[in-house]
Amino acid sequence: MLSDLSDRSWLWAAAGFYLAGFVLGTFSLLRGGRPSGTANYALIAAGYALQLVGLGLRGRAVGGCPLGNTFEVFQFTAWSAISLYLIIGVTFRTSLLGYFTSCLAAVLTLVSLAIPAWDATRRAHIFGSNTWIEFHAALAVFSYGVFALLALTSLMFLLRHYSLKSKRLGGWFSFLPSILDLDHISVRLLGAGLALLTVSLAVGSVYWLRDMASVTVSKLLTFVLWAAYATALGLRLRGALLSKRFAWTCLVLFAAALISLGLVDANRHPNPPPLAAVVQP
Amino acid sequence: MSADGLFVIGTTHHRAPLAVREKLSLSAEGASALHAELATIAGLREFAVLSTCNRIEFYGVAANADAATRVTAAFCTRQQFDAAEFEKIRLSLRGREAVRHLLEVAAGLDSQMLGETEIFGQVKEAYATAQTRGSTGPVLNRVFQKGFQAAKHVRTNTAITAGQVSVANVAVELALTIFGSLAAARILLLGAGEIGEKTAKAFQSRGAAALTVASRTLERAMELATTLGASAMPFDQHETRLAEFDVVVCATSAPGTVVSLAAADAAIRKRPARPLFFIDLALPRDVDAAAAELQNVFLYNLDDLAKIAEENRAAREAEITKCRAIVTEKAEALWRQVEPQVAALANNHTAPV
Repeated sequence: MLSDLSDRSWLWAAAGFYLAGFVLGTFSLLRGGRPSGTANYALIAAGYALQLVGLGLRGRAVGGCPLGNTFEVFQFTAWSAISLYLIIGVTFRTSLLGYFTSCLAAVLTLVSLAIPAWDATRRAHIFGSNTWIEFHAALAVFSYGVFALLALTSLMFLLRHYSLKSKRLGGWFSFLPSILDLDHISVRLLGAGLALLTVSLAVGSVYWLRDMASVTVSKLLTFVLWAAYATALGLRLRGALLSKRFAWTCLVLFAAALISLGLVDANRHPNPPPLAAVVQP
Repeated sequence: MSADGLFVIGTTHHRAPLAVREKLSLSAEGASALHAELATIAGLREFAVLSTCNRIEFYGVAANADAATRVTAAFCTRQQFDAAEFEKIRLSLRGREAVRHLLEVAAGLDSQMLGETEIFGQVKEAYATAQTRGSTGPVLNRVFQKGFQAAKHVRTNTAITAGQVSVANVAVELALTIFGSLAAARILLLGAGEIGEKTAKAFQSRGAAALTVASRTLERAMELATTLGASAMPFDQHETRLAEFDVVVCATSAPGTVVSLAAADAAIRKRPARPLFFIDLALPRDVDAAAAELQNVFLYNLDDLAKIAEENRAAREAEITKCRAIVTEKAEALWRQVEPQVAALANNHTAPV
């Protein structure tokens, strides 16, 4: 029975779990309580497992990494962010990180599922027979997932900073981690994301150098984004970009990353999707 | 004797002022001797003594009403306290009310500082002592053990223990909000007065290890530093060495500003990535208020801390109805479990424990 389910059905179920985590957290906060870290973590982990099955089915159907259209890119980004959350979330089990992560994952997955046009076409064999370029794309999108989590910790930093400066510490502000912990985790996430993007671009560069005609403006934008993240990390480590400014920079850069992701994807030439990956009615 | 044979008798801060509680306070030796005395009371099947600075309570299971009276008499005699006077301040509850009282005490609902958690440990200790001395039995064992579970349930499922309610603890909580852990935080105490000392102790109780004291009089600073296991620093160095510290507790009696805006600015420039937290407990204030505007500098004065403590206290009080409802439900269920045992024990006219 379960084997009859389409990849999108699994992904809908995963989105449902992410949404449940977000709704549960919102309900707890509205009641003035702390969102249950364990329940939230369990819901996210369940959603992650279902999403893994859905993406696995899609990957098998397309014969490669499912990054052939906007829908798949959004799904993969959400999956990457959750992968990382499941590792670092243990440290922040009782904080709001799980709540924000479930919110982000629910938005990314539900929006991508709700817009059928994003999954109406996909490029078959988008990476040709080159597994390295497939590896490059997967790594790049994974780094965007890391940057998504960085955007969340930056947002939490700004909220914590506001609460401390305005001396409003009660209510749900009390569930935020300490400002120093948020700063440290943000720097680590930036370092990890940048390292992944660096490797991804290094692999892509080898391919593009052989075929300069394939280097488009949108691909150059990714390099600009990489340079911007690298500059932000450099300035942060030198103490020139700190506190609120650092958090705002990470948020703005993630917005730019999402835009660049859209541009890169829009630049692809759509081809008929493989039969197994066609959207189920 | 009915199942009302389960009783609690004693007095608390609600009924007895501090001066009276001082007279009723049991020393370790006194408690031990009293325990031996109570064990000889005929009809007293089980008992446990809870003695803290705010309460003296005897929990017991008795075969006759006289046993509880004899407990009071033995206690008053030992403390050389007039029994008639004790009668005026006496708390006496039986049956399900006694169970409910124990649950409220263990959950911190009956404490002077509502929701405090220290009492939980004190009740546990009282029970452990009674158990070691062999004065508990099936009823008190069940009542205390289930009582601990109920208290934990109340603490976990309500906000009764949320937020600190004393200025010193609020300051520590704020530092944790900024630094996460105090283990690596360096703390400077400016001023060697009582409030500064209290705050320093609160920091130490939450894991702060690197504490430095600076006072106008170096001798006084050294004296307090010795008491606290900290180090002392000449007062005139506090501005130049400000960057070495993460938390600065200002509690001097200086008539003017002790930490200028320029000094705070210079300090944060030397360590821009690490926040600098000023706790200004002095009146008039020690830290230039404009320092609060500096990036990565957080400044809280006495009014700010008192306001947070008051908000937390109000939040705890708002939870009291919810807590009492839980306690009543748990006490009722527990009483239904132990009532037959109490009745059986009370009707068993054998030797005392």
